Amino acid sequence: MELKKHVQDLLVIEVTRLNKRHFLLDLRAPEKFPLILPGQFVQVLVQGSASTFLRRPFSIHSVDYSRNTLRLLVQIKGEGTRHLAELKTGDHLNLIYPLGNSFSLPFTKDVLLVGGGCGVAPLLFLAQFLNQNNIRPTILLGFRTKEEVSEIETYSRFGNVHVITDDGTEGEKGLVIDHSMFQRERLDFKKIYCCGPDAMMKAVAKIARMHRIECEVSLENTMACGFGVCLCCITPTDKGNERVCMEGPVFNINRLTW
Amino acid sequence: MPDLSVNIAGLNFRNPVTTASGTFGYGDEFRDFIDLGRLGGIFVKAVTGKNRDGNAYPRMAETSTGMLNSVGLQNKGVDHFCREIYPRIKDFNTHIIVNVSGSTVEEYVEVAERINELENIPAIELNISCPNVKLGGMAFGTIPAMATEVTAEVRKVYKKVLMVKLSPNVTSITDLAKAVADGGADVITLINTLLGMAIDIERRRPVLSTITGGLSGPAIKPVALRMVWQVHKAVHIPIIGLGGIMNATDAIEFMLAGASAIQVGTANFIDPTVSVKIVDGIEAYMERHKIKAVTDLIGALRTE
Repeated sequence: MELKKHVQDLLVIEVTRLNKRHFLLDLRAPEKFPLILPGQFVQVLVQGSASTFLRRPFSIHSVDYSRNTLRLLVQIKGEGTRHLAELKTGDHLNLIYPLGNSFSLPFTKDVLLVGGGCGVAPLLFLAQFLNQNNIRPTILLGFRTKEEVSEIETYSRFGNVHVITDDGTEGEKGLVIDHSMFQRERLDFKKIYCCGPDAMMKAVAKIARMHRIECEVSLENTMACGFGVCLCCITPTDKGNERVCMEGPVFNINRLTW
Repeated sequence: MPDLSVNIAGLNFRNPVTTASGTFGYGDEFRDFIDLGRLGGIFVKAVTGKNRDGNAYPRMAETSTGMLNSVGLQNKGVDHFCREIYPRIKDFNTHIIVNVSGSTVEEYVEVAERINELENIPAIELNISCPNVKLGGMAFGTIPAMATEVTAEVRKVYKKVLMVKLSPNVTSITDLAKAVADGGADVITLINTLLGMAIDIERRRPVLSTITGGLSGPAIKPVALRMVWQVHKAVHIPIIGLGGIMNATDAIEFMLAGASAIQVGTANFIDPTVSVKIVDGIEAYMERHKIKAVTDLIGALRTE
């Protein structure tokens, strides 16, 4: 399915600070959204920041077609994201969207979503999408510490949420793969969707392989364009070097060289 | 309406705005964003003799007003280009020009010969300036005798418009420009990327897998402009200028320095509609200055 890409100024509706390092950005498009699928991302132009030259890619956190808004979950990492954190209601932000492929719809209702850190961003949209297809997934979210645990109520509308923190200040203690649900002999899931740091996704992929569970991951690579022409964001796959921005960001783990 | 058309080595362009190889894919990636028929031409991604996987990740580092890349000419080879890509792009309503790369003189000749057979490709751009491949590439573009040789060998088999893209990583750009003109080039395009590097101090490692890479973007514009000016004075074949062009003002600067046409490169990554905005901007400038033909701008810099 071919989805038309747009370059557009979106209106900043609301900037919601979640904690020290994270905030939500609600943006409204001037015209009706095209079809946007979970797993897709946007390229944001950061204006007025001297050291930010290229656009910044962000997963789409959720979409509200009735209000024509989309939400981004942003982690403050450097100059570009610091600049975005200072946006105010009424500002405009130029986006190229929707970009990349998407998570595939599962042939099962036994679905697990695993997210860590900022990797939780595309999973909310995915959970929303699964709900519309009558699937209520199990959602495992990993955070550094209690202060960063956020939006649990929102996730809970779409699935059964489990939390784990690095320091054990909320939910279980450890990394996502340390969670008790993985310590059982048999896992009841037939499909796992995962997004987070590379090491985390590789660890989850290993569990999925061990239990012969189908698994899709959403990769994050540095990219210049985001729509397939610079060839900077490649990842090795069974078909050679493929572009994370076009053939990805979502890959079935069987296609990766992990 | 001002006349934006330019004739370069016998080839008519509807306007002087084209897009740089390696920044515009094969053109179809931009069809959601712009009408390709509004561009003077498209320089498509480099084609080599055989499939190349390119360099390992990471291939990109952002810099102050620019970026480094080390893609390494990733492409599926000339067979794949002729069979799979050419049929899908050949009827675009603009000039499609193929960037030809190689590691040996034989490879350049082989690819040029194959592209020569493609009816709807009116020109090639010989890439003797890629800084990101181990063999060939930039070596041909930094030693004048080698530049003459590869140009002359390709000239023997290539019957249409032969453009040669120069590297800025040389002591004297005019020596290289003269060398490719001597070899039979019809047009010179300049500049390719400047060799550079970036370091991650936390990991004490280079950012790029290849340690060094090619710098592009506004950071290199003054260097590119100077080189276009020098080459314009030194040789008498047309120049297509590029290097950090972000808007119509930049494009007009290159034309005043001596370029007959320009290529938009890295700017396409940031605004995929920028090439068309540059066409509009040049037209507005001409109207404002009552310039009837865009060709009046070429080398029109006043220095006295």
